[in-house]
Amino acid sequence: MEVGQLQRSFVEYMASLFREGFLDAQFSQLQQLQDDSNPDFVVEVVSLFFEDSERLLNDLTMALDQPNVDFKQVDAHVHQLKGSSSSVGAQRVKNCCAPFRNCCEEQNTETCLRCLQQIKQEYLLVKNKLQTLFELEQQIVAAGGAIPMLQ
Amino acid sequence: MSSFEASVNSNVVKKLKALIVDDDTITRMILKALLMKFGVKTHEAKNGQEAILAHHSGACFDLILMDLYMPIMNGRQTTKELRDMYVCSLIVGMTSQEKEEEKKSFMDAGLDYYYQKPLTNDESHYLVEKIKGNALSLSKLKSIDLIHMLIY
Repeated sequence: MEVGQLQRSFVEYMASLFREGFLDAQFSQLQQLQDDSNPDFVVEVVSLFFEDSERLLNDLTMALDQPNVDFKQVDAHVHQLKGSSSSVGAQRVKNCCAPFRNCCEEQNTETCLRCLQQIKQEYLLVKNKLQTLFELEQQIVAAGGAIPMLQ
Repeated sequence: MSSFEASVNSNVVKKLKALIVDDDTITRMILKALLMKFGVKTHEAKNGQEAILAHHSGACFDLILMDLYMPIMNGRQTTKELRDMYVCSLIVGMTSQEKEEEKKSFMDAGLDYYYQKPLTNDESHYLVEKIKGNALSLSKLKSIDLIHMLIY
């Protein structure tokens, strides 16, 4: 595929991620922080987000599998997940956190498990979308083009 | 602005230092990049205790960005302790906490400002302008002191 076409696909794909609510303005802010002195900034931050989220989702799965669930602990994990998802602008993951924390307050294992399923699903979706976005970026760079900035 | 004032201004900006106190690596990375854009040199602490230790060993900062929930020592305790040590840096609390009573007790510990996480470009720009103003007034006071010393 020629560079121009790759760049157009990139812009369209990125616009769809914002339109469908996967990403919010915070992600654009991360992109603006990336420059020649910090060329891999977005990928580095997002990779850390993947690592943190996977660890937290594992911890949550184990915590909710205990016979006596420690809801304070569960709430603390969700609080962390809310922090890291809002830091990278993973809006749909972030939006799952408030109802999850309400279920923790009500100490309801069943609804907590439902929230966990939903948050896992949203996480996998956004991870997949971001990986596709980064692959497109790599293809543009490999073809000798510049990454377009979305206003 | 005279060339002397312009050089004082640029020297002041070059020397601006901030301490980022947060246990979350992602947050520290983003805040570091944000402040670097405005020319501010950053240092990091992973919890309140590290921030206190840095001050005990003589470090001082124009700006301290403080998270609330951290292991070992939280942001509220740290802010209070720093103020008890007469640290007069601009201390800015940042949390994703929506509960009003939590915010109020954090502010009461000695914060100058409080922001909801994540800190935006405009908010950090405002804070950098604020510390630049503080540093410039301080450098002017020092110049006046110096003139007085030379005269008397």
